[in-house]
Amino acid sequence: MLELKRINKYFGGLHAVNDVSFRVDRGMIKAVIGPNGAGKTTLFNLIAGNLAPSSGEIRFRGRAIQGMKPHRIAALGMARTFQNIKLFQGMTALESVMVGRHVRSRAGFLAGMFHLPWTWAEERAIRERAMELLELLGIAEFADVEATSLAFGQQRSVEMARALAMEPHLLLLDEPAAGLNIYETAEVARLISRIRDMGITVLLVEHDMSLVMDISDEIVVLSFGEKIAEDIPSAIQQNPEVIRIYLGEDEEIA
Amino acid sequence: MQFTRSRAILCLILLVIAVQVLTRVTGTQFYLTQLTMAAYYALVVIGLTVLMGYAGQISLGHAGFFAIGGYLSAALTTHNLVPYAHSPLVHFLGRIGVLVQGRDIYGEQLLTVTPWAACVLAVVAAAVIALLLGIPVLKLKGHYLAMATLGFGIIIYRIALATDYFGEADGISDVPGFTLLPGIGPVGPLVVNGDFGNRVQNYYIAWGLLIVGMVLLLNLIDSRVGRALRSIHGSEEAAEAAGVDTARCKLQVFVLSAVYAALAGVLLTHYNGGLGPSEASVMKSVRYVALVAVGGMANLWGALVMGVSLTFLSLRGVFGSYDDAVFGAILILVMLFAPDGILGVRPGTLLARLKR
Amino acid sequence: MTADLFFQYLFAGITYGIMYAIVAIGFNIIYNTTGIINFAQGEFVMLGGMIAISLLHVMPLPLAITGAVVLTMLVGALIEILFIRWLDNPSVLRMIIITIGLSILIREAALHIWGESIRSLPYFNGNEITTVTLGPVRVSPQVFWVIGVCGVIVLLLSLFFRMTPLGREMRACAANRRAAVLCGINARNMVTFSFMLSAGIGALAGCVMSPITYTQYDSGTPLAIKGFTVAILGGLGNSMGAVAAGILLGIIEAYSISFVPLAFQDAISITILLVILFVRPHGLFGSGETARLKEF
Repeated sequence: MLELKRINKYFGGLHAVNDVSFRVDRGMIKAVIGPNGAGKTTLFNLIAGNLAPSSGEIRFRGRAIQGMKPHRIAALGMARTFQNIKLFQGMTALESVMVGRHVRSRAGFLAGMFHLPWTWAEERAIRERAMELLELLGIAEFADVEATSLAFGQQRSVEMARALAMEPHLLLLDEPAAGLNIYETAEVARLISRIRDMGITVLLVEHDMSLVMDISDEIVVLSFGEKIAEDIPSAIQQNPEVIRIYLGEDEEIA
Repeated sequence: MQFTRSRAILCLILLVIAVQVLTRVTGTQFYLTQLTMAAYYALVVIGLTVLMGYAGQISLGHAGFFAIGGYLSAALTTHNLVPYAHSPLVHFLGRIGVLVQGRDIYGEQLLTVTPWAACVLAVVAAAVIALLLGIPVLKLKGHYLAMATLGFGIIIYRIALATDYFGEADGISDVPGFTLLPGIGPVGPLVVNGDFGNRVQNYYIAWGLLIVGMVLLLNLIDSRVGRALRSIHGSEEAAEAAGVDTARCKLQVFVLSAVYAALAGVLLTHYNGGLGPSEASVMKSVRYVALVAVGGMANLWGALVMGVSLTFLSLRGVFGSYDDAVFGAILILVMLFAPDGILGVRPGTLLARLKR
Repeated sequence: MTADLFFQYLFAGITYGIMYAIVAIGFNIIYNTTGIINFAQGEFVMLGGMIAISLLHVMPLPLAITGAVVLTMLVGALIEILFIRWLDNPSVLRMIIITIGLSILIREAALHIWGESIRSLPYFNGNEITTVTLGPVRVSPQVFWVIGVCGVIVLLLSLFFRMTPLGREMRACAANRRAAVLCGINARNMVTFSFMLSAGIGALAGCVMSPITYTQYDSGTPLAIKGFTVAILGGLGNSMGAVAAGILLGIIEAYSISFVPLAFQDAISITILLVILFVRPHGLFGSGETARLKEF
């Protein structure tokens, strides 16, 4: 599904991502973990096309995508959420999710202006699909509320629905449990498993160890831009290097 | 949604008719002149609203597009081509039927481009310039975009002011009327010009165009592309991640708003029978921005209402020599107290804002 | 072009360029503390010139200029206190529109106070035909005033920002506003002060250039555009860059007289502005990386 080959990224003198390679196979949930500043979000931005790697190759569904514009990568079937939620101000929850259908619909500029009949069915389908997703995520009642005025957890759900509306092959989740309480986190874990069961491959960056250990099939550990381990969760938990790095700065791991 | 929108449009149409009837009954038909002009200016404003309010891209150069439309159309339909009658280009133009012969007031022979051809050319030229300008300019954000579009506006103003072909400081006058449709049988022709007798007809032409333009934009905003545009305003990064080609979307709406401005420029110029360089000035561009802002930025109806009413008052000379100052003050007050436009203000929120 | 003419143009270019640089430095000061481009910057320049001309009727030139600078600084402070200070985290679009509105109001006020007539301060030394011979060229002594004032401004500014507590506090605000606030610096006062400083420098520029360029109620906008071009060209926020870029633009403009009709003079700087914005928005002398670090 996704393959990174010897990816490097420099910011001036800073070597933010150092020779990282790994694969995400179809149908799996893979997690990237690491202490703050390990280069996780940079890696995500490289994959999603917000940054271009200094060297290396990223292949997505058989195509080299490094340096491609984000919207082209999105059109190839990659969706993402953001660590600090990015919703569209001035748009309702429903409309926000409808934007997610952009890549799965085709009415153009003039068709929209002249409200051409053939767009009507498409427009209806977009609306229905978006509504279904809001229901799936349990926020259908807020469909007509401006998305940015919703509660934090609900905003995350809108963002997730928007990503799912794209019917992606691969879903990138940037800290999907950040700022959520235990119950909400458990909810997110169930949701991610369900998403995988829908046939969507998931790659997530996460701080919350319990979430990652419970649901991931494989875990990549980054530290200072380098991959120091890649294995199944139980093996990662035993890995002395990982324990050293994590216990050194974060005692919550257990 | 659809229902309320068509009802609003219907109300607007009825209002337009009611106003005309009212002026007739009360014998105040002289108001129609400024109402017609206000409608054309409002066309620029609603086009700019989609660019600024919905897509979130500021332009301080839209008077430039208005002027491109107006000046090209005026120059082509006014300048005599008789001296060049034997050049291959003029010959070719004559062959494809876009030239018209006539006589000027001194009885001299006159050969000019027909208004329809000039109009199409002017609008296409504005669209092409918007496209060429937009490709680099729309990559910029915030202050840079504002300054770059301002710079474009000033260049157009300078060209108008310094080019003999465009009449320099005097502008172009004696622009002929624009026959939209020839007369058929008992129905007279549909002409855009400033003749007194044509006042009612021109009022309906301008408002008809404004309403059609409004409907098209309302459709657009509610369509797939419209949602994409609004998402760009919210978060360009997230819009890209959702597969929206933000560069392309911004460019499309920039060109669209330029076309609206140019079309308004063409028709208003034929209606007024001329135009001067002040139509291209920075102050005009700023004024359009002020009208978008006071209408509520992302609010087409607000832009229409404020665009027409404030322009009407300005054209009636209500603000006297403080005309520009009034628009400057409007800009500041709206942005300070009511960034969502004065139609969106509730007294409570205003008070809350003042207390803070 | 003869050698004499060449040098004559060179000197004219440098003079104008330095005037643009002073306007650009005004932009930079406000930009550095607030991240705002103040579209009313050109109006400060115009106000400085106009007030000095009016004050000249009742007091000698040095006092008139001092008075103009002080009054314009008050205007700058007033603007910040009335319109900017109490805005909570305003969007860039909102700030652009507010400062544009301010520039219109100041200009219209000037129109109603001073009318449309073109005025100027007298030459500080001698008159318009006084010249100093400098090798192959003859230049007006006013040129030395312009160059000298610019040099003093740049020197004092850099001393001010490096040596004085107030200057250091302003730099702290520019580098990291929140951290500065946590250290007990009143960031809001710093913004007010940056408006005053910027207005004062603008006014001083308006006074020294008035004998050469004349002053009219609407002479601010073209100057603002050129000042902005120079500020961008030199790297937004970089005063030394602004001086270099200003001289460069001034010289280009001066020589372009030979090729381009006078009416299109403004178009040259705007074209340069557009090209720079498209190609190197972080300026000729800045690099993309350091452009993010605000420095004086």
